Amino acid sequence: MPQAFPLFPQQASTVAPAVDHLFYFLTAVSVFFGTLIFLLIFYFAVKYRRRSTDEAPPRNQVINNIPLEVTWTVIPMILVAIMYFWGAKIFVSNATPPKDALEVFVIGKQWMWHVEHTNGKREINALHIPVGVPVKLTMTSQDVIHDFSVPAFRMKMDVVPDRYTTEWFEATTPGKYHLFCDQYCGMGHSLMAGWVYVMTAEDYQKWLNSGVSGVTMAEQGETLYHQYGCITCHGTGKGPAFVGLYGKPVKLSDGQTVIANDAYIRQSILDPSSQIVNGYPAIMPTFTGQVTEEQILQITAYIKSLASKERNLGTP
Amino acid sequence: MSSAEVAIEPRIHYLNVDYSIKSWLLTTDHKRIAWLYLMAITFFFTVGGVAATLMRLNLLEPQGLLVEPETYNKLFSIHGIIMVFLFLVPSIPVVLGNFLLPIMLGARDVAFPRLNLLSWYIFMTGGSLVLYAVIAGGVDTGWTFYTPLSSMYLNTHVMAAAGGIFIAGFSSILTGLNFVVTIHKMRAPGLTWFRLPLFIWSMYAASIIFIIGTPVVAISLALIIIEHFFHVGIFDPALGGDPVLFQHLFWFYSHPAVYVMILPSMGVISELITAFSKKKIFGYHFVAFSSIAIAAIGFLVWGHHMFVSGQSVYAGLVFSALSMAVAIPSAIKVFNWTATLYKGSISYEAPMLYALGFIGLFTIGGLTGLYLASIGLDQHVHDTYFVIAHFHYIMVGGAVMGYLGGIHYWWPKMTGRLYPDGWARVAAIIIFVGFNLTFFPQFVLGYLGMPRRYAVYPAEFHTLNVVSTAGASILGLGYIIPLIYLAWSARYGAPAGPNPWKATGLEWTTSSPPITHNFEETPVVTEEPYAYDRLAEEIQVA
Repeated sequence: MPQAFPLFPQQASTVAPAVDHLFYFLTAVSVFFGTLIFLLIFYFAVKYRRRSTDEAPPRNQVINNIPLEVTWTVIPMILVAIMYFWGAKIFVSNATPPKDALEVFVIGKQWMWHVEHTNGKREINALHIPVGVPVKLTMTSQDVIHDFSVPAFRMKMDVVPDRYTTEWFEATTPGKYHLFCDQYCGMGHSLMAGWVYVMTAEDYQKWLNSGVSGVTMAEQGETLYHQYGCITCHGTGKGPAFVGLYGKPVKLSDGQTVIANDAYIRQSILDPSSQIVNGYPAIMPTFTGQVTEEQILQITAYIKSLASKERNLGTP
Repeated sequence: MSSAEVAIEPRIHYLNVDYSIKSWLLTTDHKRIAWLYLMAITFFFTVGGVAATLMRLNLLEPQGLLVEPETYNKLFSIHGIIMVFLFLVPSIPVVLGNFLLPIMLGARDVAFPRLNLLSWYIFMTGGSLVLYAVIAGGVDTGWTFYTPLSSMYLNTHVMAAAGGIFIAGFSSILTGLNFVVTIHKMRAPGLTWFRLPLFIWSMYAASIIFIIGTPVVAISLALIIIEHFFHVGIFDPALGGDPVLFQHLFWFYSHPAVYVMILPSMGVISELITAFSKKKIFGYHFVAFSSIAIAAIGFLVWGHHMFVSGQSVYAGLVFSALSMAVAIPSAIKVFNWTATLYKGSISYEAPMLYALGFIGLFTIGGLTGLYLASIGLDQHVHDTYFVIAHFHYIMVGGAVMGYLGGIHYWWPKMTGRLYPDGWARVAAIIIFVGFNLTFFPQFVLGYLGMPRRYAVYPAEFHTLNVVSTAGASILGLGYIIPLIYLAWSARYGAPAGPNPWKATGLEWTTSSPPITHNFEETPVVTEEPYAYDRLAEEIQVA
């Protein structure tokens, strides 16, 4: 039987109140104009109803009023401009994760969420995060397009194969919140749901360190660095070195300069010839089909861990 | 009206000129082709409606009342594909447009009558292929066919459905072409552009969208088929393609297609509001140009379907601004319709109830569109039931109400018979109430976060889903009643006479039903449309 039900979603992130305020503003505008139109129609409909079937059509009809037309053009323009800039402000902030955000990696596949933390801890259809800390998700899909949506955070972003998308949020209230796949992804779409657990700092640390192998994502990446023979070139000077690379500009042979971020590293592994570093020969083979999305994330974590190290001879 | 002849003796008109099946299937009379389309899209509406009914029933229980998720996915895909491509997009243009456009222009037929018949056969071919896909096992991609789900991970009859839509698209293109040429070249003497009824303006805007937009959706569906059969990497990253490219191509058509659905309906509403308030339309030029503005800006807003697709932030901001801009011409229309009522002589026959219902529901649909255009807010409600509710307010509350209002308004012209207005009013009110009960709770569900296309859902969304399903059963009843009394009236209704509503417009100057060539003599137009004030003068003088 139907049970007690909520009419408004929980607010559990820093952005949730901002989104809700915009929602209230739009609702106020909508209620005002909706009511205005309804009342006018109702009033006219009663006042000007045809009194008898042979009533003559009205004479001297008013059919144009330029000041009125201008008024009901300009007022909506001003209102939608406010809505636009308000929404844009939230969106730009949503698209700009803080530099110190806690990084978590998400891989979507039909029909489950695979989550990996930098210390190597993995979880399925669940995401544990600490309260009061900005969290940035770097996401990709192994098959079709999914969408990582947390209504209590007022946040979602598509999870697309062959590229990274990101979303970030800062949870404000410990608790358990719905995680949905919001982009239709085939048969089990509605089953691709889970929970986001927001924990206090101590609980989170306890959770993070329990039952973990002790091997971090970066360490797993280092193993792959040897296993796939990356070291043969990137550790010997035949290829570009990894130390101090992450986050820095890289000059390419075609004259472009790109930033060495997650997307750059991913593309360099899967399609090396598309971005040749200036001064190096185009000899690297593609690893498409050989490495999984998870392994790419681990190799990236390894390269990232080398970002702040000094370049010395002998290190990769 | 001088022509007071009411049913003299058996008169030859377009319906009784020939009763043979062949005379229908090979007709080039635009009025008969309109009937062929009316039969076809009523059938498709019924199929899509049955799918919707099963969906709503299934959602009575959080775990699904009737079917497995696999079947539910097929149901909403069938519902969307059939309702959008085989009902809403063609509806008003191919039925009311075909019937009325030449008559409103004072012409004998459309510019290319045989092409018009060919369009119907193309439409039926495409429609049959879609039905085949449904019967053969169904499609489970949704009506949006997002890649790579639709191209490489499919396990259903996506290719047949996509092929069917591809073919049916040519019917739209040819109809659009036919209408544009007809409006340009076949207007009666004296019928200048600004003497055209607003229905014609809206047909013109919709035709332009047909011609420019439909080829793009045809191309994108053809590319899916090519990728699937020949493994050419277009959308599937595993083959080197770009999955998001499909969304750009698809929405470049499918967003303007929304305006194809709503613009003709707006044209109908302009006719109804004037006829039943006996007023000239308020701000004719503003209403006419706002149709063109909506059609033009409508081509530049497709990216708002992709705010969370990973497209660039700047693209998102530009699409958000352009989407907001569509609200302006829409608001102008609503205000002008409302102002038209001012100091009118308003009566409440069924078509007028639909028209007033349209304004109310379209207002809600339009205002909630702003929530979705506002990009930061959209990031919360994107792909939730909020979107479902919004576009049903536009497409059902708007487009279908306009369609039904138009059918009721011109039914006496099409059949020469009157339907029972009491029943029609009851049905209009039932539809209005049922519609709101079905879709308003979905705004709440959406803001709560319930995703669209969910076969099973968390228990806290249960109550609102039950309310929505209750509303849907009322709405369904509301749709069945007109089917019955309209069919009844076609045979048993009282003779309508040429102008039962005492309305202006060329279509009301000819007999009901019209003769095959519409007019005994080519009419000459000497005044602006909706000249109800001139009628007032005449009555005054008399």
